[in-house]
Amino acid sequence: MELDSLYQEVILDHYKHPLNKGLSENYGAQVHHVNPSCGDEITLNVTAIDGKISAITWDGVGCSISQASVSIASDLLVNKSFAEADAILNEFTELMQSKGTKEGNPDVLEDAVALAGVSKFPARIKCALLGWMAFKDAAVRINTTTGGE
Amino acid sequence: MSFDVTKVRKDFPIFERTIRDGKKLVYLDSGATSQKPLSVIEAESNFYKFTNAAVHRGAHQLAEEATDSYEGARLKVANFLGAKEEEIVFTKNATESLNLVAYAMGNAQPGSRFALTSKDQIVVTEMEHHANLIPWQQLAARTGAELKWFEVTPEGRLDLSAINSIITENTKVVALTHQSNVLGTINPLEAITARAHEVGAVVVLDACQSVPHMPIDVKKLNVDFLAFSGHKALGPTGVGVLWSSVFEELPPFLFGGSMIETVTMTSATWAPAPRKFEAGVPNMAQAVGLGAALDYLTEIGMQSIFDHEVELTGYLMNGLLQIPELSIVGPQNTDARGGSVSFTVGHIHPHDLGQYLDSQGVAVRTGHHCAWPLTRKLGVPATTRASLYLYNDESDCDALFAAITGAQKYFA
Repeated sequence: MELDSLYQEVILDHYKHPLNKGLSENYGAQVHHVNPSCGDEITLNVTAIDGKISAITWDGVGCSISQASVSIASDLLVNKSFAEADAILNEFTELMQSKGTKEGNPDVLEDAVALAGVSKFPARIKCALLGWMAFKDAAVRINTTTGGE
Repeated sequence: MSFDVTKVRKDFPIFERTIRDGKKLVYLDSGATSQKPLSVIEAESNFYKFTNAAVHRGAHQLAEEATDSYEGARLKVANFLGAKEEEIVFTKNATESLNLVAYAMGNAQPGSRFALTSKDQIVVTEMEHHANLIPWQQLAARTGAELKWFEVTPEGRLDLSAINSIITENTKVVALTHQSNVLGTINPLEAITARAHEVGAVVVLDACQSVPHMPIDVKKLNVDFLAFSGHKALGPTGVGVLWSSVFEELPPFLFGGSMIETVTMTSATWAPAPRKFEAGVPNMAQAVGLGAALDYLTEIGMQSIFDHEVELTGYLMNGLLQIPELSIVGPQNTDARGGSVSFTVGHIHPHDLGQYLDSQGVAVRTGHHCAWPLTRKLGVPATTRASLYLYNDESDCDALFAAITGAQKYFA
């Protein structure tokens, strides 16, 4: 059924066993993002060393899509430079806006390609992007305070 | 039940379509907006086809007929509420109706019973929709007045135990919902209106979830303002109503054409209510559509609709409570309760549940239902809400039960 394209096994796995959940004590930037249409909330910490993302931790409440997506992002974007993370984020955003016409490049997006089905459900795109937008915001803050890479 | 739901459904063209690959549409989201009978769709469309012209202006036949249709709709609303025509103002929706009161109070001259200062208080409740909370927060911020509120008990009722210390001699306005859009709770008004009037405050009632579902006689409610939306009462979007018996004392909110008596380059005076509050060309076809909607509801009978919904709410709650791990948020029985039933199902997030229900053709609302402080108070991030109307029957509830059980298997 159509629903299975949304709820891929990988997504439900991340939802049930989220990665990097639990906020680190120290961080370069902390952001709090909400999805005002449904009440999902996320707090995300990003730490960087020498222009490279060394840790992403988060905590929050939300649906399986938002929680799995942030879990995937927190795993995928770590150990990347901000420029690399930005490129991945752009590719993911494009995938989300593709209305089901793209499958996503697994070499770049890894587990995040499992979220491709979300693009067929317009109401859920915001859920999938919540954690990624939080990361984007945190990255801007780190680079404004530390002068970037 | 004294009407035939199957017959009623035939009046609503939308039920002829199917959802998600041929599934029957199980529409349980009337708390957000209701579906429309053909008579409403035709009334709106016929206005454009046959009588379209700007009301209250124009020296021609169409303008006359348009004005008659529009004012005829006002009379229908007045009759529906047991009110007078001049007590009915058309707005674009209930949110605008409530903002109108808040902004007009903010425009009141010092010394007027509506004028607020930092010594005054505004009272709301914890179960308000954002539309009946934020306008008052903002009015408090603009005037320095203090915002106070009635809390909600764990049973989903208003806690009135401290009524005399919440509504005080300094209270200027008490704004509350007649029926909670989340909990379904129908609030008792008598003690609140009595106390408010004792201290000279006005009572503003958000009746969005009550006017479409039960007989309402404004004379018996003892409130000063009542707001509702057309689109939740089988009517079109783009038209809301504000009723008041104290319009004459209230200054205008929006200024412009139609609402004036005389205008010079430096000043203006106002037309009497309701015109004073209807600046600009109004949503005419929508008001006419609302008139047709109220005709439709009246024909079936508001008491019959209320009885049907109470009975069906009982069936819905009973069935829901048979489902393991499901908890109903709000009153657990049908006493003083309408057909909005919010619930949580174990660890399944409402968005995921709603998505699964949709795959089965079942339309519900998920989230905080524009009452974020209430969901916070209830200690849940979000809920799933099924809301009933005259076109729902037990088969809709059964479809919901089956779909929830399916979701539990799917997300197990």
